[in-house]
Amino acid sequence: MAELYRSGDRVRTSLTDPPHHTRLPRYARGAVGTVVEHQGRYPLPDRRARQLPAEPEPVYTVRFAAAELFGEGDHTVTIDLWESYLSPAAPGGIR
Amino acid sequence: MSGDHTGPAATIAARVRHVESLLERRGLVDPQELDRALEAFLARASPANGARLVARAWLDDGFRARLLADANAALPELGLSMGGGLQEQRLKVVENTDDRHNVIVCTLCSCYPIALLGPSPTWYKSEAYRSRVVRDPRGVLREFGFEPGPDMKINVWDSSAESRYMVLPGRPAGTGDLGEPALTALVTRNGLIGVAPV
Repeated sequence: MAELYRSGDRVRTSLTDPPHHTRLPRYARGAVGTVVEHQGRYPLPDRRARQLPAEPEPVYTVRFAAAELFGEGDHTVTIDLWESYLSPAAPGGIR
Repeated sequence: MSGDHTGPAATIAARVRHVESLLERRGLVDPQELDRALEAFLARASPANGARLVARAWLDDGFRARLLADANAALPELGLSMGGGLQEQRLKVVENTDDRHNVIVCTLCSCYPIALLGPSPTWYKSEAYRSRVVRDPRGVLREFGFEPGPDMKINVWDSSAESRYMVLPGRPAGTGDLGEPALTALVTRNGLIGVAPV
């Protein structure tokens, strides 16, 4: 399976608060950021932690403006996110 | 945010000890095997490794480019690796420039490039650092006695997945005539995390 996203793509993180382990930090839920790079493929921890089958899937470095995450600040935060945590930021598609 | 590593983590430590004793009792691991592997790994794990990488990158532009492009491939040039006897972890080296400063954190737990920086400092694992540095990096850096200029762009790298990060600080002014050992001695652990300029 090819990577869904490329560098420069605008993506939105999931807003869901799952009742199990996840590695989508709470402060980054429902936020729009820009894909910086593709890191490789790793099993989704949300499934692995529940001992469910977890095929490796793409993990991306995604950059967010502090103002998008916290409503203030002039710095940026990059967060490493599994593809399952992301959807295209624009309703019409990724680009 | 997951728990404080100084308190409730004791429960996890107890569970790990229990699993370890089960593995030993069933003859799946030699009692000394885990200790030996840990000791061998930690004996090599030190911030001196990160400092050597930085000094070499300051002196050799080719190495610097290779380190930034694919750190795992560049590490063996100095006899280093991100393997530690276990599965190799991806390393990303992020470079400070005249207008960009980088800081590293793991907000979800305490991910850290132990092979290159040694065991992490206690403050790196504290909830205060992990929760505050993503929100107010300038405020946190100020508490470390470091105030980047107002035009400096700051990026905080949250090691939330499988990659580990190390900062490549800028070479201090006035060090043009220093050799590799002297340059290595200038680099601090805090500089490799990004809470100090070097």
